Amino acid sequence: MTALLAQLEIHNRSADNSCVADNGICPGWIADNFDRYLTPLWQHVFLTVVSVAIGFVIAFALALIAHRRRWLINPIVQVTGVLYTLPSVAVFFLLLPITGRGDTTAIIALVAYSLLILFRNFMAGFENVPFETRDAGRGMGLTQRQLLWRVELPLALPEIMAGLRIALTTTVGLASLAFLAGAGGLGEALFDQIAFRSNVLVAGGLALLLAVVLDLLVLGIQKAITPWTRAVSA
Amino acid sequence: MDAGGERMTTLAFLGEFGDAIDYIFHARESRAGGSQVGGKELLPLIWTHLEITLIAMAIAIAVALPIGLALGHTGRGAFATISVSNTGRAIPSVALIAFFIAFFPQTPEFWNVTVALALLAIPPILTNAYVGVQQVSRDAVDAARGMGMSGIQVVRRVEFPLALPLIFGGIRTSTVNVIATATIAPLVGVLTLGDPIISGTVHGRAGQIGASIVVAVMAITAELLLAAAQRAITPAGLKLERDPSSVSPLKRRIQTAP
Amino acid sequence: MKRPLILILALMCLFVVACGDDDDDAAGTPTPASTSDSGAGKITKNPDNAKVQLTIGSKNFTEQKVLGEIYAQGLEAAGYSISKDLNLGDENTALAAVKSGEISAYPEYTGTALLSFFGKQADQLPKDPQAAYEEAKKGFEGEGLTAFPPTPFTSSNEVAVTSETADKLGLKNISDLEGKSQDLVLYGSPECRQRLDCLLGLQQVYGLKFKKFVPVAIERRHEVLTSGRADVSIVFTTDPQIQREKEVLLEDDKGMFPPYNSTLVMKQETADQAGPDLAKTIDLIQEQLTDENMQELNARVDLDKKDPAEVAKEYLTETGLISG
Repeated sequence: MTALLAQLEIHNRSADNSCVADNGICPGWIADNFDRYLTPLWQHVFLTVVSVAIGFVIAFALALIAHRRRWLINPIVQVTGVLYTLPSVAVFFLLLPITGRGDTTAIIALVAYSLLILFRNFMAGFENVPFETRDAGRGMGLTQRQLLWRVELPLALPEIMAGLRIALTTTVGLASLAFLAGAGGLGEALFDQIAFRSNVLVAGGLALLLAVVLDLLVLGIQKAITPWTRAVSA
Repeated sequence: MDAGGERMTTLAFLGEFGDAIDYIFHARESRAGGSQVGGKELLPLIWTHLEITLIAMAIAIAVALPIGLALGHTGRGAFATISVSNTGRAIPSVALIAFFIAFFPQTPEFWNVTVALALLAIPPILTNAYVGVQQVSRDAVDAARGMGMSGIQVVRRVEFPLALPLIFGGIRTSTVNVIATATIAPLVGVLTLGDPIISGTVHGRAGQIGASIVVAVMAITAELLLAAAQRAITPAGLKLERDPSSVSPLKRRIQTAP
Repeated sequence: MKRPLILILALMCLFVVACGDDDDDAAGTPTPASTSDSGAGKITKNPDNAKVQLTIGSKNFTEQKVLGEIYAQGLEAAGYSISKDLNLGDENTALAAVKSGEISAYPEYTGTALLSFFGKQADQLPKDPQAAYEEAKKGFEGEGLTAFPPTPFTSSNEVAVTSETADKLGLKNISDLEGKSQDLVLYGSPECRQRLDCLLGLQQVYGLKFKKFVPVAIERRHEVLTSGRADVSIVFTTDPQIQREKEVLLEDDKGMFPPYNSTLVMKQETADQAGPDLAKTIDLIQEQLTDENMQELNARVDLDKKDPAEVAKEYLTETGLISG
């Protein structure tokens, strides 16, 4: 029976001193295997963008509510602040039995973390609106709602955008651990071959690149929609 | 994790809280038997966690503070500081730890992790030291120079004390980050409080929740201790003038958490 | 502000394009040393199978990922609708996943099942691989799961030290570590602490106490020995030969390790509803999973750093199971 079994070709590796065998930084291997990083990269982008988007919407809603009822600010800040003392690893694992393995668990945790950053920056943005400007607006006869949308929000935009940038870069970092919740991402690619230098460079480098690209994107949008800040150096 | 793999209802989750508290204080057998976990078995984990945090923060402060103060004093290097800050935030902590593990295989993992965390702790301290010094009123600096103080004396006696609130803000942010990030050290073999969280099959659910609570308590304690230290170091005159804790929590920029 | 952005995006596009062609193996075009030309090797696609949806899972180390891919691709070639959920975690996590229905099946080892799931003690372990499989199968039946016939290869845990350490301390058997282990550092997987075929067994069966146990990712089991971090490490019999050349594997003189043939574990209902092709295809897939072949497949992933999916495809084509 053994004679009929097909044998795989056993490659002779005793004389292998190629870049990969030496655990080096191998452009050849990277080029050949780059397609292995595309799915993790896409998962990472998905997790980051979706989580920050949801966090942004929730933070915005909370900010609008807290803007009217200022007594709410402190409780919200305290509650969300407690979450910040929990390491993200913990949140991923604690959610697992409740929401199961997969994207949902990761996104819930990532939304929670980006919520803190975004809410605080929304409120800080509102706080930065000069009293005189608000006063002038009211003097011009603007309603509360018009005041909010036409005066306060545009002036709060720099802080809000700054918060968005921080939220995005932070979430890229947190999403690197999402593989612990079964959501894939570049962290999975990283840990798959954690001792292999080329892999660490590509997976880590892609994460860094993603964060930088998102950061610059938002910065570009910010510069585009707040022309009055362009005169002031960044 | 439960072998049945059932989804937990929220009520059952609350019930495990008590078990988690018990885990913190009493050792019990691991889920599959054979070793002790929890209770006093947590002490080596807590100690390693503290070790990493203290050493990483010491390195970070020793590096970032002088540079930040010097740059802020001379007003140069704004672009470099901002770039370091932005890049520092963009690097995932996991990636940096993996980098050190892969590229320095001869170094003990403990030092790979600690140095990586120290590097991650530098940007908030550097930025806040720089901005803190820059924000010191020019009048105070001019007055000091008028009194004949040299550059270093100006920094030491005027700019540094006035920049303390922001500097401490940066140190507090970094410390909480490092405490949180040290939980992923077990992924590379350094056993910290992250071990019960990550190896749930060994420590059980109670271990996961219990260790998370201990980490949170550590972070909160660090915050309080640093706040107290800040009050202790700030000269009396400045304390009267401006109470740092009155700075709105909203103004404190939140940086990374792992 | 916009120009660096476009440059970055262009660079990323370049990478995507450059990786299109990846057919240059280091060893050239592989040809099987001997083909089974009886025609019984090929997996035929049965369109009826498409209505059966199977999710193949695996544990979190190389051999498992390769096996998972082999089963997934092989069954897909037979016409089943396959999705994959590999790299789940340790054995407890994988078992929970198949019980909860998150996955349909995953490859488990008979020895692991006996020790970790069914609570067998070291002296109760059958030495014969077939007997071990029968016992594991009985155990699984009690949980509503079925275990398919085992693979030819066996992938046992082994205790390894460097040649220098073996010479220095005069180590040949695991029991030679007695009296010396308290100065040695042991590296193993995180779940090693509670496994009777790992640290727990070394403590209970051999009475060894180690200076320190360090849990690390399984893929580093050899690197920690060669870099000097570990004095003792737990390795597998199917590890590539070249990794073991600088190591000495200590004899299991007290018989702590059971046989470890791989068997696909699936819920009984899923197997019943999948039709007769399932068992047939699994048999075909497993037939060629010998010790040497498994070693070679592991080497291609661990040493050549190839993608497990690619290596699985190579296995299936080189053995004639699917047309390449």
